[in-house]
Amino acid sequence: MPQANELPGDLRDLIACPSCDALYRAAETAHGERAVCARCHHVLIAPLEGAILNIVALSLTVLLLLVTAVFLPFLKIEAKGLSHTASIFDAALAFADAKMVALSMAVLALIVFIPVLRASLLIFTLLPLLSHGRPLPGARLAFRWTEDLRPWSMAEIFVLGVGVALVKIADMARVELGTAFWLFAVLVVVTVWQDTIICRWTIWEALDREEAAHKRPSSVPEPDHG
Amino acid sequence: MVEPRDVFEPVLTARKAGLVACTHCARVWPLGQRRCGRCGGRLISRDRRSLSRVWAWWTVGLICYIPANLFPMLETTFLGKTSGDTIVSGAVLLAMHGAVPVALVILLASVCVPVAKFIAVAYLAASVQRGLPADPLRRTQLYELVEFIGRWSMIDVFVVAVLSALVQLSIVVSIHPGPAALTFALAVFFTMISARSFDSRLIWDSLEADAPRASGTKKIPAPAAPGGVLKDPQT
Ligand SMILES: [Zn+2]
Ligand SMILES: [Zn+2]
Repeated sequence: MPQANELPGDLRDLIACPSCDALYRAAETAHGERAVCARCHHVLIAPLEGAILNIVALSLTVLLLLVTAVFLPFLKIEAKGLSHTASIFDAALAFADAKMVALSMAVLALIVFIPVLRASLLIFTLLPLLSHGRPLPGARLAFRWTEDLRPWSMAEIFVLGVGVALVKIADMARVELGTAFWLFAVLVVVTVWQDTIICRWTIWEALDREEAAHKRPSSVPEPDHG
Repeated sequence: MVEPRDVFEPVLTARKAGLVACTHCARVWPLGQRRCGRCGGRLISRDRRSLSRVWAWWTVGLICYIPANLFPMLETTFLGKTSGDTIVSGAVLLAMHGAVPVALVILLASVCVPVAKFIAVAYLAASVQRGLPADPLRRTQLYELVEFIGRWSMIDVFVVAVLSALVQLSIVVSIHPGPAALTFALAVFFTMISARSFDSRLIWDSLEADAPRASGTKKIPAPAAPGGVLKDPQT
């Protein structure tokens, strides 16, 4: 049975480890510090200086890279006087010819749509926070989705797949790497970097803080720790 | 009183404190609340049914993985003659052409990772069901590893996609995806869902089941207090 005196007045001050359910009192964590669950070592809070600005900037970069890459030449093959070019769309739609339309759609989603969606949702959630504005309606749902979609954004795996494919046909034909290939290579770096600087707890706290600040703009101070 | 220093000492969990934790945003709410007031996520203190979902997706994944290895992943038509390559025969061919490291990447991503993942997820689910006393920290790390590398198995599907899109040189040579591409993609998809269905908090519950009930007031520790930040276990 929970003892009443175990519980603090405000549940907002508590954080539970999503991985093992251990309960902690969430205190301020300085930029660059990491608060780690004592028993399962899950990283609970890891804020970074200027993270929100960086995440927005990286999301814009992802959008720009992906949207450009889709329209630029991706790969070109030449052998015995014959040549053939393929765009990223062609790669995804390769399964459609073999009566695997659903797989084509899935591949397109994994390498283009989901990364684009994640980047857009992150901008939607975080852009108002940059100017300390009120979060847009739906920002919370948007941020929950970005985190749920994270494992399904597979642009970086696709790039490695392209590398393996190129080795497979290396002695059969000459392959020219198009601009879109290099854009995708940059995308890998940007995505991996972005995923390491997102601290969920910090962003949820920021959303709560701005929401509260705009609900009662007058004199109510924001909830303090301790 | 002696303070036990063991990290596996039963700690105060959200459930023991009469709370339910949101696994999306880590906020806690009174036990019994259905939806998180902060992120809108569904609140479940312990998802016991998660184990049946894990096994269901695991089985479907395994059913898809078997044909993925038997049928060709790629069908190459060279001057009118068509031949099929399964995952393993494709990798062997690659190795015979001298690209041993790439063959190993393919074998690792398409054979070792999926097989290891099936075993790991089955072990985790069974260990929770049987209440095995195995080290919960190791099991949590195993689970995180499974979640982290499982998605990389999709690489072979992308290889097939790129090859089929690119190698289309009229009648000389063309490559088409084989039926295994679909079943393999489904196997990766279902095992990812299976692993994600697992509620890792169940791993730690075995510590509490037979532990003596904490008496008196228990202080809630602060992991993030300045100066008291727990060190990164990796360092
Ligand atoms: Zn934990
Ligand atoms: Zn939540």
